[in-house]
Amino acid sequence: MPDPPPAPLLTLRGIGKSFLGVRVLDGVDLDVAPGEVHAVVGENGAGKSTLMKIVSGAYVPDEGTVELAGEPRAFRGPGDAQRAGIGIIHQEFNLLPERTVAENVYLGHEPVRRGLVDRRAMLDRTGRLLASIGETALPADARVGRLGVAQQQVVEIAKALALDARLLIMDEPTAALADHEVELLYGLVRRLQERGIGLLYVSHRLTEVFDLSGRITVLKDGRRVTTVDTADTTADELVRHMVGRELSSYYPDRAGPGDVGPVRLTVRDAGNQKLRGIDLQLRAGEVLGVGGLQGSGRSALARALFGVSPFTTGDVTLDGRPVRLRSPRTAMRAGIAYVTEDRKGEGIVPRQSVLDNALLASRAIFAARSGRAARTERVRELLAAVEVRAAGDDQEIRFLSGGNQQKVVLARWLALDPRVLLFDEPTRGIDVGAKSAIHDLVRRLARDGAAVLMISSDLPELLGMSDRIVVMRDGRLAGELPAGATEEDVVALAVGNVPETAR
Amino acid sequence: MSARSLLPARRPVPGVFVALALTLAIGWLVVLVDGGQLFNQSTTVSLLHVAAGLGFVAVGQTLVILGGSLDLSVAYVISLSTLVAAETMNGNDGAVVPAIGLALAVSAGIGLLNGLLVTKLRVNAFIATLGVGLLLKGYLDSGYDGPAGTTSPTLVQTLGYQRVGPVPLSFLLLVAVTGMAWFALSRTRFGHHLVAVGGDAEVARLSGVRNDRVLVTAHVLCSLCAGLAGIYLASRLGSGAPRVGTEGLYDLESIAAVVIGGTALAGGRGGVVGTVGGVLLLASIDAVFNQLDVDAFFKQVIRGAIIIAAVAVYARRALRKAAS
Repeated sequence: MPDPPPAPLLTLRGIGKSFLGVRVLDGVDLDVAPGEVHAVVGENGAGKSTLMKIVSGAYVPDEGTVELAGEPRAFRGPGDAQRAGIGIIHQEFNLLPERTVAENVYLGHEPVRRGLVDRRAMLDRTGRLLASIGETALPADARVGRLGVAQQQVVEIAKALALDARLLIMDEPTAALADHEVELLYGLVRRLQERGIGLLYVSHRLTEVFDLSGRITVLKDGRRVTTVDTADTTADELVRHMVGRELSSYYPDRAGPGDVGPVRLTVRDAGNQKLRGIDLQLRAGEVLGVGGLQGSGRSALARALFGVSPFTTGDVTLDGRPVRLRSPRTAMRAGIAYVTEDRKGEGIVPRQSVLDNALLASRAIFAARSGRAARTERVRELLAAVEVRAAGDDQEIRFLSGGNQQKVVLARWLALDPRVLLFDEPTRGIDVGAKSAIHDLVRRLARDGAAVLMISSDLPELLGMSDRIVVMRDGRLAGELPAGATEEDVVALAVGNVPETAR
Repeated sequence: MSARSLLPARRPVPGVFVALALTLAIGWLVVLVDGGQLFNQSTTVSLLHVAAGLGFVAVGQTLVILGGSLDLSVAYVISLSTLVAAETMNGNDGAVVPAIGLALAVSAGIGLLNGLLVTKLRVNAFIATLGVGLLLKGYLDSGYDGPAGTTSPTLVQTLGYQRVGPVPLSFLLLVAVTGMAWFALSRTRFGHHLVAVGGDAEVARLSGVRNDRVLVTAHVLCSLCAGLAGIYLASRLGSGAPRVGTEGLYDLESIAAVVIGGTALAGGRGGVVGTVGGVLLLASIDAVFNQLDVDAFFKQVIRGAIIIAAVAVYARRALRKAAS
């Protein structure tokens, strides 16, 4: 695999892309040779997905050139790229569960004889295609919805091959697979390589990257940091390339030794469909940071604690009393608040006023009639206290900036006097000024005695804000780090590259 | 090499046929106890006539629902079609072919309008087809007070009343239409693409399916089926009837038959065979109640209960499937 690659199949030169003035890709170069597995790694938001979408025709690059087998190409859409021989296997499969394997593989280009769909040919060709990648056990007439995730992935790959794909993009192909299925995928990848198909392999998991790839390109903040031969590098070196930025911004002071109070929330050996063996303690007055990659179970943890998708096993105690958090309503009544990651979808009601949004939770929880005026008064005070900038309480919240919307969401929860606050990406999509205002608020809440759990993909924020950090991987807590840990520590735990000493 | 088979993936017998058999068995017994006879010539014939009328509409409705759309204008299309056919014929046997042609062409035009509203203007199918239906209603209400035109006697004698044994010609025509629809769904690209669009429009689009074209075609076919139902009703009634579609509740009953027949209201799963089962089930209940002289309002209550029960059963099944 480390041989010098033959004439490249795909050549990217100087690819740049901006969204709404934000530069997400800048001057990225990349080559893939036939039969080569080229891995692309980087943190969340490093630009991997955008780059893959450009190669697969979903986005048009602002700058730079895409060449396929030496020919410059400008794809006008995913269909264009498909016809040129570029297939993409998304994390979320593009399959119809109600249809058979063959019907899915040939969707959009069904073999036709005398104007009618030739079922026999469709089944035969699908069978041959599956056999050619060593999948003889998969019947071409099985309904896709009955197949396991790994088999569905095979169907996706067959679907791409049916279009004569020469280059396959795999975006986190193992994210949905169980451990033993990963081995099967390895075999499949090697057979695709033997057929001379080039593979762009995007993954967070360094183990896989080292097992499969010939070369690795590291992206960071939309730029290519380096491209290395896999044989010549180590996991530690890669992690250093992936992070390595200065902690420049200001964060409020951490909790002093006197500030941290008694244990508020204890989770013992809890789990559900997405989480396993969670042991956790949250103390009054501290901010517990939760790190990890997307899909590692961070949000699932917050959603379990808030009763959205509750724990099915294990115990939770709040202030020493066992609680069952089986719905958001019970969680709220127990004193837990949740600031969701998806502010637009789950956090605000866009067409309602600032005041209505801020009153949402109190109205839902407290008996309807009593103390209505007092409640409104209190929420008004809270809105002022968190310094929401709006034209008035009756302005529709959708016209506010992201930061101000988030403050309204905060005021909503503060009206309930929560004892435990769960923040999921509290500053995502919020401008710098409002960010530090939110940081100050979070810290102030902790100082006033609340227990705070804060999920963040923004490593400087996670390190700057947290008194303690737990890192998640594959639905488990991969490890705990004290304040003052480095970005490398967090990333190493998150991708599963744990030095022997830590075990 | 994997196992080869020409059969589609094995699917369970649609539950609707089990329900149909049960309904007929229980109905037969109850009617017998009551001193009647469910399966005599006249009840069977009238049952099949009822089924034929609703069947044409429901088969068309199945196509749009499979594609993730819906057509609420069918009742008005039926009424309009009876009028166009009967008025063009005006009792004249020579005008049968142009009359049928014109009625179908008008229906197809309405289907095209529905389809374009849903795909090009992106109006929600519920609203778009309801709006088109109300347009037609306005035209019908202002132009007609009662029956108009005369259906040609030959058509009345053939499509309207001719039978082969106990089976009306119209029911045989329904079987043929159903067969064609089944064939189109399983053996043509259009059919495959339609089910794909209903299953997941984005997946279909990314696989190179021209979603809009497929959906417009489905709407045209649906309206054609409604137009056919109109021609059939005109030949039963002997004239054009401006209220026959709405009074027969063909819009909601056709959707009910589709859903009882196991087609998912969201699209992407189901087929026309189940729909015919649903149509027969609704017609059988009608026949049993007629035999028992049950109060018309109570009849509606029972039908409502059956529709809800059917959907609940399918929902449970879908849940179990998702859980396994």
